[in-house]
Amino acid sequence: MEWEVVIGLEIHAQLATQSKIFSGASTAYGADANTQACAVDLGLPGVLPVFNEEALRMAVKFGLAIDAEIGKKSVFDRKNYFYPDLPKGYQTTQLHHPIVGIGHIDIELDDGTTKRINVTRAHLEEDAGKSVHEGFDGMSGIDLNRAGTPLIEIVSEPEMRSAKEAAAYFRKMHSIVTYLGICDGDLSQGSMRCDCNVSLRPKGQEEFGTRTEIKNVNSFRNVERAIEAEIARQMDILEDGGSIVQETRLYDADKNETRAMRSKEVANDYRYFPCPDLLPVIIDDNYIEAVRSTLPELPDAKRARFVKDHGLSTVDAAVLASDRSLADYFETVAHAANDYKLAANWVQGDVSAALNRLEIGIAQLPVSAEQLGRILQLIKDNTLNNGGAKEVFNALLEGKGDDTAASVDALVDSLGLKQVSDTGAIEAIVAQVLADNPKLVEGYLNTPEDKRAKAIGPFIGLTRKAAKGVNPQVVMDVLKKKLSELG
Amino acid sequence: MALDQNQVRDIAELARLQIDETQLDDYQKNLSNILDLVDQLAAADTANVEPLAHPLDAVQRLRADQVSESNQREHFQQIAPATSEGYYLVPRVVE
Amino acid sequence: MYNKTIADIARDLNAGEYSSVELTQSLLDRVEQLDSTYNSFITVTKEQALAQAKAADERRAAGNAELWTGIPIAHKDIFCTNGVLTSCGSKMLSNFVAPYDATVIDKFNQAGAVSLGKLNMDEFAMGSSNESSFYGAVANPWNTDCVPGGSSGGSAAAVAARLVPGATATDTGGSIRQPAAFCGLTGLKPTYGRISRWGMVAFASSLDQAGSMTRSAEDAALMLQVMAGFDAKDSTCVDQPVPDYSATLEQDLTGLTIGLPKEYFRDDLSADMQQQVRNAIAEYEKLGAKVKEISLPNTHLAIPAYYIVAPAECSANLSRMDGVRFGYRCDDPQDINDLYKRSRGEGFGNEVKRRIMVGAYALSAGFYDAYYKKAQQVRRLIKNDFVEAFKEVDIIMSPTTPSPAFKRGEKTSDPVAMYLEDIFTIALNLAGLPGMSIPCGQVNNLPVGLQLIGNYFDEARLLNAAHKFQQATDWHQQAPADIA
Repeated sequence: MEWEVVIGLEIHAQLATQSKIFSGASTAYGADANTQACAVDLGLPGVLPVFNEEALRMAVKFGLAIDAEIGKKSVFDRKNYFYPDLPKGYQTTQLHHPIVGIGHIDIELDDGTTKRINVTRAHLEEDAGKSVHEGFDGMSGIDLNRAGTPLIEIVSEPEMRSAKEAAAYFRKMHSIVTYLGICDGDLSQGSMRCDCNVSLRPKGQEEFGTRTEIKNVNSFRNVERAIEAEIARQMDILEDGGSIVQETRLYDADKNETRAMRSKEVANDYRYFPCPDLLPVIIDDNYIEAVRSTLPELPDAKRARFVKDHGLSTVDAAVLASDRSLADYFETVAHAANDYKLAANWVQGDVSAALNRLEIGIAQLPVSAEQLGRILQLIKDNTLNNGGAKEVFNALLEGKGDDTAASVDALVDSLGLKQVSDTGAIEAIVAQVLADNPKLVEGYLNTPEDKRAKAIGPFIGLTRKAAKGVNPQVVMDVLKKKLSELG
Repeated sequence: MALDQNQVRDIAELARLQIDETQLDDYQKNLSNILDLVDQLAAADTANVEPLAHPLDAVQRLRADQVSESNQREHFQQIAPATSEGYYLVPRVVE
Repeated sequence: MYNKTIADIARDLNAGEYSSVELTQSLLDRVEQLDSTYNSFITVTKEQALAQAKAADERRAAGNAELWTGIPIAHKDIFCTNGVLTSCGSKMLSNFVAPYDATVIDKFNQAGAVSLGKLNMDEFAMGSSNESSFYGAVANPWNTDCVPGGSSGGSAAAVAARLVPGATATDTGGSIRQPAAFCGLTGLKPTYGRISRWGMVAFASSLDQAGSMTRSAEDAALMLQVMAGFDAKDSTCVDQPVPDYSATLEQDLTGLTIGLPKEYFRDDLSADMQQQVRNAIAEYEKLGAKVKEISLPNTHLAIPAYYIVAPAECSANLSRMDGVRFGYRCDDPQDINDLYKRSRGEGFGNEVKRRIMVGAYALSAGFYDAYYKKAQQVRRLIKNDFVEAFKEVDIIMSPTTPSPAFKRGEKTSDPVAMYLEDIFTIALNLAGLPGMSIPCGQVNNLPVGLQLIGNYFDEARLLNAAHKFQQATDWHQQAPADIA
């Protein structure tokens, strides 16, 4: 039978506030256990929550970015369940009146087309703490530093039809929240996590099949792999005439398989009700418009502009616009060089290779956008040739020079990379090269006319070795002239 | 509404309350009586009545996004049943 | 000395009649001698009290005394007190030394008051007789076989027995007014949001409100002056100016319109009770007030609505009592679920468990609309009844309770009978209105309370009306036979 895959994602994104959603404790990552868990986060008797204005602003910003309805009245509910990393025995979340209603984003498919994925809703809630299971002599240790960190949970419609689409959607959401500056997007620290709802149905059938939920997948690659693994598992069962059990599963990346979560065996009855310690959050059009005015250019708009105004290919534009810091870097370089295509080639080429090799983000790259911009300027005014430019770039990568654009010029000087374009000087060097290599000249002269273009190569190499920074075009012209004079 | 003993057990489980089997009768009777009392609500005509969240219909105030709390772990953990290296300890949790 | 009111003490301390240390020591002695009979204190903070009194005397000597400097009171054991056991009358918190101060505690500390300790209460404020406390039942000083009322039974007994001139208390469904009525005291529950709930262990968040237990309206005004005010730490606290409550106590009552809700003067209310309350109303008429019958047609829905809202909220509020970060933990838990179930099963008493279970049931899948949402809608109907009534009258009066204090053990086996005790007090909590109970007579040598209900933030008018009544009568000065 031919099966259709149905996927919906729930993405949790930690909001990049300084303090927690309902308390004044820090949200900074990596502190010692429970040193950033205040009385409110610990759920001590008698404590009360007060809502963080920045968490609200960020959630509204997100809603506007995905063209969603903004909830002018949103209400916090208590979701009741017992778990040691949930100090109050309930999670404060939004059930019936979320801050963000129906919206949508577009994802790019492999065939170059785009697909619209609708977002059902996005709501504000508090993160839970963490349980550590190793190192406590058979006990679990509870760290509540993360408890109370603001989250938005972004719920998609079940509109994705492959693991690739799901990964593209997750990437796009990552791109949007980092563009907005509302989430640091650091997947390795759990700043964004994804629950994947996966089901299969016979192609053509309208009714959904039974779904499973893969919890807490935390990388782009694993979203794709986990879903692929789950699709394969479900398909095996269905093809054998079995049926899928609705359950929560975990993805084991080492084994590349999903397994049922034991702690979620008992169906929970969450007993939602409006939190009586918090009141309805009311915002008006003025508030919404004020937030709208702070929206940056978003990835789709930026990509379109790169293509339309600057002639980049759609593929280049998509890659460069996908990440805000990369896009910002690229545009700074492009402005300085006054050449978007040249900047695109460099950012996609040497810069991207360096990032991969060093396993760092663009923010950690030792070559600043201003410096790369200066390098490209020097290429464009013929001060540097391509080889010289790479040499300067690599020198900066190795930490030479300071972080100013002026240090590029200093490096060009100290490394002797300034390109020589003076024909007289080059003629003298070429004459010397020819005089030093009579056998090579003889060989050249015995080469048939139509193969001489290739045979000229060794002379170019020797000339450039004799004098760094000579303009290759001028060298070629002089060589051709001198050699033709000889034969 | 009358509850049977299984329902009482289920509710106790939901609320994570150990109930002594010998007290089950008592709970069953008393909870059923309380539910009879509150079932009088059903007769009230509440069509189009907005639920009351705050007696004065106040709305949520917002707090500035500032870190105002400092580390008080030692102070807070003095009253904890079991801790180690700054963590609260519980019987091992299986995920 | 022990018969003095807060206002008396303030004057005496100023006049140098005695020092705060002398007074504090004498009250501490009295607690030590008498409280084995009443069981009103859970914790007596003797050394801390004497240190506070000494500091107060020094402050006075330096000429920096303020009104509250050196005045001893005690606090219901529901308010978190940094470094002092805050048990809420429960085994669950019997080892909970609070690591911070409630806003109410902080305000009394700032004002210079002396705290003698923490007062007994029904477990987690759930009860109307103070029989559900882990620390044992509290006796009513008027008749030690009788209950003092609840949940603020320790506050009421301590003030009635003249162990302290005033005490803090809380009221979720009548927990200040009913014990005030049973013990012949002046109890004030202000408007919801008037006093910060920060640090007050939550029972039902949308109903809980702090207040005071005193022997006069004048003292209630002094206590409210300290407690009232905006607190940024409590989202439900209302940012409203705090008037000078003492300044308006003496205002003339001529022209005051008193509403008598017909639903509160029911046929089944005993003739004795009716008579005491009618006499009090007649006294008000002598003071120039006019009386008008009103109707609060949704009164009969108050108890059902309350017994959904309060258990539902408490079921979630008490989930944090899980044996993980503070409080009681069972011995040798086998796994996490065992830890939860036995810590909570052993740590909570029966009434608390019942209410948690009712709340969990009412909120469980499929019942939310029929129970919690419906109850919150009914709250609006009840509020609207009062809003309509206050268009016609300035103040509403009724009996505080259907009967005077009952015997210990009389209602413990029937929770519903106990719930019906709160029939006159509960609607105010649902509507968030301020209310008082003042003594207005006696039946069988037990005090009877008159309930005064005010419009939102109209505490000053309640205090004024109560004070004028107390100027004209001496019910509030009557003391239990053993005491006076």
